[in-house]
Amino acid sequence: MWLFFHKLASPKYFYSIATNFIPWLFVLGAILMFFGIINGLFFAPPDYQQGDAFRIIYVHVPSAYLSMMIYVLMAITSIVGLVWRIKLAHAVTVSAAPIGAWFTLLALITGSIWGRPMWGTWWEWGDPRLTSELLMLFLYLGYIALRAAIPDNNKADKLSSILILIGAINIPIIHFSVEWWTSLHQGSTLLKSGGPAIATSMLYPLLAMIFGLSIYFCGLLLTRIKAEVLNREKHTRWIKEMIRKDAK
Amino acid sequence: MNKTSELSATKATFAMFRRDCLHYFHKPSQIFNPLLFFFMVTAAIPFAIDTSEFQLSLLGPGLIWIMAILSYMLTLNQLYSDDLMDGCLDYIVMSRQPLPLLILAKICAHWVASGIPLILISPILGMIFQMQVDTILVMIVTLIFGTFALSLLGSIGASITISINNSNILTSLIILPIAIPILIFGARTIVLYQTGISALSGFYFLSAYCMFALSFAPYASASAIKIGLD
Repeated sequence: MWLFFHKLASPKYFYSIATNFIPWLFVLGAILMFFGIINGLFFAPPDYQQGDAFRIIYVHVPSAYLSMMIYVLMAITSIVGLVWRIKLAHAVTVSAAPIGAWFTLLALITGSIWGRPMWGTWWEWGDPRLTSELLMLFLYLGYIALRAAIPDNNKADKLSSILILIGAINIPIIHFSVEWWTSLHQGSTLLKSGGPAIATSMLYPLLAMIFGLSIYFCGLLLTRIKAEVLNREKHTRWIKEMIRKDAK
Repeated sequence: MNKTSELSATKATFAMFRRDCLHYFHKPSQIFNPLLFFFMVTAAIPFAIDTSEFQLSLLGPGLIWIMAILSYMLTLNQLYSDDLMDGCLDYIVMSRQPLPLLILAKICAHWVASGIPLILISPILGMIFQMQVDTILVMIVTLIFGTFALSLLGSIGASITISINNSNILTSLIILPIAIPILIFGARTIVLYQTGISALSGFYFLSAYCMFALSFAPYASASAIKIGLD
């Protein structure tokens, strides 16, 4: 088991494993998302309160979920990179950040599109989830900006990992204070999460979408890591040999 | 080991604090310019908005707080930039004293030089915004905790961006999202107090946040400086 992880941390081994896995991940993700979208948009019954407008949750919820999960993943790989000095972990952090930022943006956009018919406005400051999601986006953008500003790759890896960790330990506090702040607003709590339990015919497409998008994210992440590894290891022998083999 | 080279960690920390304070007070423009910026911009706001007394006292706390944070962000890079320029920072890192303690001393000196003057002129701005005397007192308490927490967080930001030239904006970009809880509790406590709700919960939160930041900021800054310098 440990041997497997040690092997996985070597860029060369990882590269070949990723190359084999990526097509499967994309196919599986596409199948699940197809199932989820078709069932969610056409076969799930309309909500008794929100009508057809609720169907945007099939995109909104998975992307909001992923925006959180990707930050957690980045925090874990930051710790692994800082403590055990595994270079591949840093490559994962860098590759995950833009995808995380996009999912956060997607969650924000779909959230406000949903909010237009439900709340009557594109943006509702009284909703803690929307507001924390915005701060989440700022955290991602700050990380990306910092990464881009440090020319030395090795330094950039470590310094931006520290930033991710500081962000990660502050996220619960940010979330708590935003919730405290919004609890002072009035009249915005008409649509809290939970509410009436979701019907199974609505739930299955949602789960399919969450798993499908997560698997699609894994495929995307591996593709980006491959590019990152290529860029970082471009002077090593195995890359040169691989390119020579491909050229033949 | 030479006896004279041995300096206790406490002594070294106080010496660092004293040195940094003197350093700031020998370069008054570094302190005064952000302070002046804070004062001028905040005092310029009433020109842009409705100046009825109700409106001003309602918006005042939030505006003063956001301006305090903005002007404070401008001072953050002073924490390490001068020491980095003249090479002192390398000696500080290489000294046998615990680096997080020395950094804590630097943070405290930065707060004394930037935070306290800002707190001292905030009552005048409070009066410009037609705030009551007791509300101004509440604002001062929130600013005391808030600026200290900002110094601590800002030290992390400044040390992470230490190897980048002209990193002022970048430091603000990475610190601002993390500093939002300070802004929320700082400004909101004053507004709540104005509507007759006790300010104690806000004080509790801000002081707890200070303690929390105190527990990780010196260590995070120390490791970031070590990485940034090699």
